Amino acid sequence: MLRLERRRQSSRIMFWTTPLIAVALTLIIGGILFAILGVNPFAAMKIIFLDPFFHETYGPYSRTQFLVKAVPLILIATGLSVGFRAGIWNIGAEGQFVMGAIAGAAVGLALYPAEGWWVLPLMAIVGALGGFLWAMIPAILKIKFNANEILVSLMLVYVSYNFLAAMVTGPLKNPDGFGFPDSRNFTDVEATTLPLLYEPLGLYTSGVVALIIVIAAYILMEKHLLGFQVKVTGQSPRAAKFSGVKPALIIAMCLGLSGALAGLAGLFEVTGPAGKLTTNFPVGYGFTAIIVAFLGRLHPIGIIIAGLLMALTYIGGELAQLVLNLPAPAIQVFQGIMLFSILAVEVFINYRLVWKKEAV
Amino acid sequence: MFGDLSLVSLIVSLMIASTPILFAATGELVVEKAGVLNLGVEGMMLIGAISGFAVAVSTGNPIVGFLGAAAGGAIAALIFGVLTQYLLSNQVATGLALTLFGTGVSALMGQPYNGLKPPPSPRLDIPVLSDLPVVGPILFSHDIMLYVSLLLVAAVWYFLYRTRGGLILRAVGEDHNAAHSLGYNVILIRLGAIAFGGACAGVGGAYLSLIRVPQWTQDMTAGVGWIALAIVVFASWKPYRVILGAYLFGGVTVLQLNLQALGVNISAAYLSMTPFIVTIVVLVIMSANRRKTSLNAPAMLGRIFHASH
Repeated sequence: MLRLERRRQSSRIMFWTTPLIAVALTLIIGGILFAILGVNPFAAMKIIFLDPFFHETYGPYSRTQFLVKAVPLILIATGLSVGFRAGIWNIGAEGQFVMGAIAGAAVGLALYPAEGWWVLPLMAIVGALGGFLWAMIPAILKIKFNANEILVSLMLVYVSYNFLAAMVTGPLKNPDGFGFPDSRNFTDVEATTLPLLYEPLGLYTSGVVALIIVIAAYILMEKHLLGFQVKVTGQSPRAAKFSGVKPALIIAMCLGLSGALAGLAGLFEVTGPAGKLTTNFPVGYGFTAIIVAFLGRLHPIGIIIAGLLMALTYIGGELAQLVLNLPAPAIQVFQGIMLFSILAVEVFINYRLVWKKEAV
Repeated sequence: MFGDLSLVSLIVSLMIASTPILFAATGELVVEKAGVLNLGVEGMMLIGAISGFAVAVSTGNPIVGFLGAAAGGAIAALIFGVLTQYLLSNQVATGLALTLFGTGVSALMGQPYNGLKPPPSPRLDIPVLSDLPVVGPILFSHDIMLYVSLLLVAAVWYFLYRTRGGLILRAVGEDHNAAHSLGYNVILIRLGAIAFGGACAGVGGAYLSLIRVPQWTQDMTAGVGWIALAIVVFASWKPYRVILGAYLFGGVTVLQLNLQALGVNISAAYLSMTPFIVTIVVLVIMSANRRKTSLNAPAMLGRIFHASH
């Protein structure tokens, strides 16, 4: 009988190869899915993973969206991964993304049409602060009242969607917008436009900021005492308590950090690719970032790779819709399969399969 | 302001609004009693909503539709079951994965069904009783599934607290190592509970698409699955209190919808927030007493079980 046996020590090799196994598994199961949908799986995989870079006519257009998708995912996933390491589950990054965007955008609109280099940094700070404060709600409710942060942060996503709807039809509505439910366009004024650094890949200034933050997160997690405390809390909350870690501090830090980064990502989205607040500007990055965090093994470097890969499934998926008529939700299913696969193979880091005779 | 709101029709629509949550929360309660936390309720409800809808439309029989919904929800739940029970994956992450996956799968399955109408569901119609004023509409003339949901709660209560099977299931949830030592198959019992929870969530989803709305639209659960999870906490894992919780939230939902329809001078967006804010407030109140919460919650909730021998 095939059984799982605990390894004496977790396997380093498996730690880094399991994501690759997961991707391979995703390709197989996803391929079967595409075949069921009547799409040639090999053609679909080529279009999703290769054409954005190598196709002569579609490639150059498709590539301009590559980092547009990857950067917010990486930014949000980096924050989430710190919390996940501590066993603190911020599932509401989507809401923090929206609230950060609203907060930063409100400042931009209040100053409209301000000139000056300081406007955008100010909006970014307020955006991060907006996400931070929104994430402090589940943090404080968990610290003070023991309320489950998963459910609270998730409920706040729905609250934030409705708040966004209230804002773009109310106080933040474009006064010259003929009654449409959206804000002024930030890219009309230079001071509130996120600079586009390299158009062919869709690299905005946010990409540089994200890179710096990932490096900072790496230092925090690997070189700093706080990172160590986060990891101890995740592995054994009791041991952490005895060694003097303050649980309240860890909860506040993990939720606050991930909230701030999600808020920052939201602000970058409205001042860059989206251009303005509308009810449909949040497209689920806050949820997809959860997949990115796990695919990247909750490790900063892994998250960069995972974010790029996930962005590829987005832009490749859009190409596949265009070329092969692949239904739009198929890509979401594909991403779901990817997360399932990662979770399924993770067991082999700490366990190995052994053949054992049935004990009587 | 409430002049054109009849109290009777308010109560009737409250009961209908509460039923999907009641189904899902009751199923999740059994799962959690077995020591498993499945956060995929929202995804399983969506899969149930579309599979129930598809089966009902193609057979023309809503009851068969509900069976299809139960099957769809249970199959989705078993993906979670296999991953968490055999491959020992993290239950929080796997539950989330199920929600993301279910959202996608249901949207994919639902594409041919947009804009279709499902066959009408049978209703209770007892001569005289159903025609009584006030009591008739509130008690005796609902669709059959609404009564099923209430019977389900009673059946779950009976199973958990009055049968040997229920005792074993609770034992697994309180101390899986002890249950294992006594010779119970922890993994199979949990898989059973997980499948049951999925079937209930599926039926709850189908109640939305076949009766409450009735139509299939993408992402039609809109957070109801998450509210169901919160209701289990609110109910302190007690079946009868799940009814209370579900009806309370049904009430808030119906009230805010009616206020929107009346054109009250509050933005509809703010009113739509209220069920979620109320959920948070209630969660806080119920969780604040740490000792009580930890007494009520199954001790093994979310813990991984691996028998080393």
